[in-house]
Amino acid sequence: MKRKTDVRQGTLALMVLKTLDVLGSLHGYGIARRIEQISGDLLSVNQGTLYPVLLRLEQEGAILSAWGPSENNRRARFYRLTRAGRKSLEAEKRGWEQTASIIARFLEVKADDLA
Amino acid sequence: MRTLRRSLARLLNFTVNRRGGERLREEIESHIAAQTDENIRAGMAHHEARRQACLKFGAAAALTQDYNAEKGLPFVENLLLDIRYSLRVLRKSPAFTVVALITLMLGIGANVVVFGVVNAVLLQPLDVKDPQSLYQLRHKRWMSGRLLTTSYPALEDFRQQNTTFSGLAGVYGYSNATLNWHNTALKVHGDEVTGNYFDLLGVYPRAGRLFRDGDENGPGSAPYVVLSDTLWRRVFQSDPGVVGATVDLNKHPFTVIGVAPPGFHGAERFVWPDYWIPMANQAQIDKSDYLHSRTAVTVTVLGRLKPGVTPQQATDNLNAISAELARIYPETDDGQPLRLIHSGLYGDNGDVIRGFLWSVTVLALLVLTAACANLATLFAARAADRGRELALRVALGSSRLRLVRQLLTEAVIVSLMGGAAGVVGAQLLLRLLNRSQPFVGALTVNVDARVYLAGLIFTLASALLFGMAPVRQVGRGTPLRMMKNGPPGAPRLRHVAMRDLLLGAQIAICTLLITASLVAVRGMVRVLRAPLGFQPRGAMLVELGDIPADKKKPVIEAARTIPGVTSAGMVNRTPMTGGIHGIPIFRAGVNDFKLNNSALSSYVFQMSPGYLEAAGTRLLTGRDFSWHDTADSPRVGIVNQSFARRMWGEAPPIGKCFVVSGNLTEVVGVAETGKYHDMEESPQPAVYLPLSQSEQSEAAFVVRSQRPPGEMAAALQRTLSGIQPNTPVAVLSWPDALSDVLFPARAATVALGIMGLLAAMLAVTGIFGMANYSVSRRMKELGVRMALGARRRQVISAAVGRPMVLLALGSLLGLLTGVLTSRLLQQIVYQANPGDPAIVGGAVLTMALLGAAASAIPALRALAVDPSKLMRED
Repeated sequence: MKRKTDVRQGTLALMVLKTLDVLGSLHGYGIARRIEQISGDLLSVNQGTLYPVLLRLEQEGAILSAWGPSENNRRARFYRLTRAGRKSLEAEKRGWEQTASIIARFLEVKADDLA
Repeated sequence: MRTLRRSLARLLNFTVNRRGGERLREEIESHIAAQTDENIRAGMAHHEARRQACLKFGAAAALTQDYNAEKGLPFVENLLLDIRYSLRVLRKSPAFTVVALITLMLGIGANVVVFGVVNAVLLQPLDVKDPQSLYQLRHKRWMSGRLLTTSYPALEDFRQQNTTFSGLAGVYGYSNATLNWHNTALKVHGDEVTGNYFDLLGVYPRAGRLFRDGDENGPGSAPYVVLSDTLWRRVFQSDPGVVGATVDLNKHPFTVIGVAPPGFHGAERFVWPDYWIPMANQAQIDKSDYLHSRTAVTVTVLGRLKPGVTPQQATDNLNAISAELARIYPETDDGQPLRLIHSGLYGDNGDVIRGFLWSVTVLALLVLTAACANLATLFAARAADRGRELALRVALGSSRLRLVRQLLTEAVIVSLMGGAAGVVGAQLLLRLLNRSQPFVGALTVNVDARVYLAGLIFTLASALLFGMAPVRQVGRGTPLRMMKNGPPGAPRLRHVAMRDLLLGAQIAICTLLITASLVAVRGMVRVLRAPLGFQPRGAMLVELGDIPADKKKPVIEAARTIPGVTSAGMVNRTPMTGGIHGIPIFRAGVNDFKLNNSALSSYVFQMSPGYLEAAGTRLLTGRDFSWHDTADSPRVGIVNQSFARRMWGEAPPIGKCFVVSGNLTEVVGVAETGKYHDMEESPQPAVYLPLSQSEQSEAAFVVRSQRPPGEMAAALQRTLSGIQPNTPVAVLSWPDALSDVLFPARAATVALGIMGLLAAMLAVTGIFGMANYSVSRRMKELGVRMALGARRRQVISAAVGRPMVLLALGSLLGLLTGVLTSRLLQQIVYQANPGDPAIVGGAVLTMALLGAAASAIPALRALAVDPSKLMRED
């Protein structure tokens, strides 16, 4: 049986940053939902793993959080991107794109290309 | 930057707000509620909706752990938990903890003391400018003691002719004077140095100025004195106004021109001079003039190499000059080849001191190793007893790494506490040593940062050494097996456990140390019993103020009349007070007094009649001097056996003649050969000449009496008041005066004795711990054996047999090592011979006694086992 891909912390952090970048202020559940929607079922289990990542980003100063009312008028903690967070998102994005393109090129490689 | 912010935030959370789980709980609640709402909207029943939401969220407990780990500093938090747990565990077994602490305290304390001394004596550089390029000139032949190298005229020649030193300074370190200041008279000692001395050493004054090369313009031209900081504070109450004042040294006025900086005491570590005067003015203090005599070898030479010159080049340069001087002055300069050493430790004695200190360091480290082996055994045994607890923790999901960390934490805590106690103890001991000044001269051992660091390193190293022992046990075996922990089978003889190895090693080290201390004690006894050629016991040295030559006879005669005095006499210098060099002796008939023509070089003493008796030196044949041997009568001398044999073989020496200092002298008596410079010297020739036939004015007064020195001082004072009123009298018992000579042997004995005691204690606790432990573990088995009719002997052998076998093997190993490392011991102890049957026997006996003492209690416990009672227990 093939194991479902574990979301690595770094990846998850990037997804969180991107989500907040696009959607502005969101609470934890909202972030989890968006990531689930975009990534398919990548985060359909163990949604809780999101929270240590959020804390970490907050301690790094990439995001800020504050209590606020949710859509159902529940108390929820809302997260939003800081300027430092936006910068680090840009940096991470470039890094990923680079990695991805390199890997992609490798996967395209055929025997005669290397001859 | 990001990492930094994160770390800061974690640190802040850790310190300020460690219990911040509220926010996460609320967030989880809100998350699950939102998901539940969504599920309900999707059509699930309320109960099912919530269940699904929880499933999707995942394990909240694990999450909380991750979250908290992210939030604070999990390493530190776990460490705190471990520490708290360890303290609790240690408190629960106080006996174990106390034993471990004491063991460590002694082991680490001993090492810190030794390191403190090594640090002060060997590692700290001399407190002068650029000590690396500063050298002391020595004769090529290795000599103990004897700091003096050249005569003053020869020093001048070396200074002018050498091309390799930027400066050569002369020091005469045996200067003594009575200092008169206002109405106080005080005996002080100091250095007579050449004018360039302070500039050569690179010293700056604390007050006033220091004299320089230009201040000296021929003999008597520089009546200046530089005070040491200590003397300035003690006598002059740190008064800066004293600079420029005139003080009297031996009744000659000297101008105080400056005060040396605090802590400066020249280039010898153990000597703290009170003053420095220019060598040009030495005659005013010393009574005899050595500036003009090529035979007065009184100067120690310090030199600073020019940059880029190697010591070898400098030595070659000096030797060429020395050979040239011997050619020009064949009667006085012997052209001895020279060599360079770093000064500071009494010349060549530095080699001995270094060897001694490093050897003691090795022994101290061995003590610590034995202590660690001991603790390793204890910790391993405890870990075995705690097997069930550890297994339970593994079964409950604790990682093995976590367990190892916890066990190590325990070890580190114990060793930190023991180490702290050891360092404090060492500090107290060093302070005590500093105050009581057992060191030759004066040496202050400061406990500086380096010593504390060493203490910490010793502590952590030992924690690792013994802390790793139980770790092995955690690593192996499944929890199930560990938990069963049934009655252990009797240990098989062939099966050697690590505990056995540890105990064996410990006993071997202890035997080695005990052997070493026995060797030292025996060496000391031998030193004390060694024939000195005089009997210090029951004699005292009396220091008198100046006695004119014509008053010497009445003083001695009067002293003899004091009740309780059996004999009294004077000698220019008592043996073993250093500073005497060989005087050339020529056969009768030699007219060309070149050094090459001399028959031998000898110690020469000038003495009054009665000195030999007072000193306890036996006169073998012939007569003592009498007061009728005067400057006008024929020159006479008393020689020792060694002198007689080397001059005239087996022929009777009485009536033979020889030439000393240009005088034809007739032998009138033969005395026994003794020690004249140090304990280790081979038999040396010596000759005694009458004080009344010499120019010598300095004299030591020896009185033999059973009365205590204090009483003697008063009696002498009364007697002398009639002859020479107001003469200051100081009386010192001769053995006390000799304590410096015996210092090395005494220090070795004390150091090795303490190591031996520590080793003995460790051996006892080691054997006791092992035997006692094995008896505890095998109580039930022993009970069964007794119930089945085992004899007492069998029970005892089952209980303590194994430690006894280990004791025997370990002792054997230790003794063998002792014999093999006898070179090491010889470096420490005079005439050390670990192969000596008395020492081997003593060591075996000691170990056997220790073993018996240590295993008595466990053996008795084993015998006292009551099978019926034991069987009824659990």
